[in-house]
Amino acid sequence: MTESRIHFFAKEPLVALLGNPNCGKTALFNLLTGSRQKVANYSGVTVERKEGNLTLASGKVIRILDLPGAYSLYPRSLDERVTCDVLHGRAAGEKRPDLVLCVLNAMNLRANLRLVLATKRLGLPCVVVLNMVDIAKRHGLQIDEQALAKELGMPVIPTIGIQARGADDLKSYLAQLDWRNLAALSNTSLDQGDETVIAHSEHIESDNIQVHRILKKLNLDHVIPDHFSDRLDSVLLHPIIGPIILTVLLFFIFQAVFSWAVYPMELIKLGLEYLGGLLTQFMPDNWFRSLLIDGILAGVGGVLTFLPQILILFFFILALEESGYLPRAAYLLDRLMGRAGLSGRSFIPLLSSFACAIPGIMATRSISNARDRLITILIAPMMTCSARLPVYALLISAFIPHTKLWFDLDLQGLVLFALYLAGILGAMGVAWLLKHFTSKQFKVNALMMELPSYHLPRLSNLAISLWQRAEIFLRRVGGIILLMTVALWALSSFPLPPEGATGAPIQYSIAGMLGHALSIVFAPIGFNWQISIALVPGMAAREVVVSSLATVYALSSTGADAASALVPLISSTWSLATALSLLAWFVFAPQCLSTIATVKRETGGWKIPIIMLSYLFFLAYLASLITYRIALFFGLG
Amino acid sequence: MLLDQASLDTLFRVKGVLPSTSTPEVKGQLEDIGFLTGEQVTVLRKGLFGKGPILVRVGSSTFALRENEAKLIELEAIAS
Repeated sequence: MTESRIHFFAKEPLVALLGNPNCGKTALFNLLTGSRQKVANYSGVTVERKEGNLTLASGKVIRILDLPGAYSLYPRSLDERVTCDVLHGRAAGEKRPDLVLCVLNAMNLRANLRLVLATKRLGLPCVVVLNMVDIAKRHGLQIDEQALAKELGMPVIPTIGIQARGADDLKSYLAQLDWRNLAALSNTSLDQGDETVIAHSEHIESDNIQVHRILKKLNLDHVIPDHFSDRLDSVLLHPIIGPIILTVLLFFIFQAVFSWAVYPMELIKLGLEYLGGLLTQFMPDNWFRSLLIDGILAGVGGVLTFLPQILILFFFILALEESGYLPRAAYLLDRLMGRAGLSGRSFIPLLSSFACAIPGIMATRSISNARDRLITILIAPMMTCSARLPVYALLISAFIPHTKLWFDLDLQGLVLFALYLAGILGAMGVAWLLKHFTSKQFKVNALMMELPSYHLPRLSNLAISLWQRAEIFLRRVGGIILLMTVALWALSSFPLPPEGATGAPIQYSIAGMLGHALSIVFAPIGFNWQISIALVPGMAAREVVVSSLATVYALSSTGADAASALVPLISSTWSLATALSLLAWFVFAPQCLSTIATVKRETGGWKIPIIMLSYLFFLAYLASLITYRIALFFGLG
Repeated sequence: MLLDQASLDTLFRVKGVLPSTSTPEVKGQLEDIGFLTGEQVTVLRKGLFGKGPILVRVGSSTFALRENEAKLIELEAIAS
């Protein structure tokens, strides 16, 4: 007897959104499902899976799946592989879609129609969604939807993905659909699984001839220039002005991350202090109160404070992505990246790594060249992720004076910029070294990147994406960070100090002993035992270092001032050399456990994560050693 | 003529994509993104001093290609 796996699927029909990259598919998905979206991964692969529900006018609920964008149904990247597998009904744990909505960018029918013809061959019930009809109309493009439907042999529904009621036609179409008899919408199946390379090449040529015939018949056989994008590009992609604008933009973003977040951060801090005050007032002084105040409130609360900064950074990345500027930045940086042995394609994963290395490493899936992808994964952790911001923010506000320099720049912002720059230069150096050691085994890398036309980012789309990022961050705070802070609190509280002992109780605890042992290793780079202790749970997530320091110091102060702020405490007890050394450490600091887990999953083994861990540890130690010794030499000890 | 030698802002037509022995997968990728026989092509921008990626419009899409990718695309002039 053979065992077979049975999957149980929700009874609601599954509708898949399929389309080329840049066809406005995600905006349309947001319009259809609103904020009721579930973001997860496809089973077994780290491709982001977005699903949402849509309630039709008839009261019927349908599930909508936003498939990764694809140029063809011949899988060339991991993203396209997932799309193909789902459409063929062979993705693990996925139901084959009941209906495919093939989304077309009305401004780029030529490329998009080829995908429609390929989808038609799958034999799935399929409806064509003509998106961005407003922009097409503005450019004087008259598309006869009925004639197009007749040529394609499929219904064609016009939509405007960026307008509040732009999908109403589609919704009413879906509402009147006979969901029990979708077969009427399907085409003769010619699906024989994956095409061979040769068959695919023949198909795409003949599809293209057919697309030309259709466009000619509909009198759409001329290229509509996009003057607006072209004019913007003549400035933004100018070989001299372009890079200058990009540099200024990046600099502005980093200044904004620091200065805009001040008030919301103060607000969160005040709220936490108020809560701590209440607990101190109304709870008896026992271990449970210590756990709540010194452990959870100091730990999780300390991390929560940095949510505004993370959101501001994500806001800029998302806005740049939606406006269409991000691939242009990659184009501008391609030569620079080429010198380090990478391509402009690595830019987007690396930029995402500034928010968090995990989405960055996942974004490397779009790099089809294996060598480029591996190097990008290896250096992504050196991009200063937002988890390091709390550590930088703490140290900078404690040790760097808040002086205004020329042009209203402040010294703190400048130091922050320098730290980011150090990470980038380190990453480029490592990439260059890797290129020279591995270039024989690997081939020249590819760019082949589409530059979509410019769009004004939509606030509602930004809000949905930003909310999803915030949710992921808060889930981490609630999960691994909470767990680690509680564990550290326990490690720092037990065993209890012996009777009649003097000094802070933490010195007698397990964490104290561990920290003292580690401080021998870290002494040459100027770390005291408190820092050494904090670095241990910092492996869970880097921002935990701040909360751990808070916990360590709150517990080691013998007085009642457990809630006293960390900043004045460390600025009075650490030397400037130690602070600089710790900053240098964090530029290269070895990864948090979740990043290492991601790298392991993405590379399919322990080899790469172990290489990454050891080279980053080595670099971090070296950088700290040099920084500390130089600082001592200049009498900053 | 190959795409990397094409003059700026001039309309050409794709004749075909040459197979590459060192990177066999590139031909198919270029075809997938639209470099198919008969498609109209214009080079919009070349890098400073002719180095760096090339900005190409094919059909109504714009792509950034590296020189080694552009070298695989064969073009022919459009008789005007």
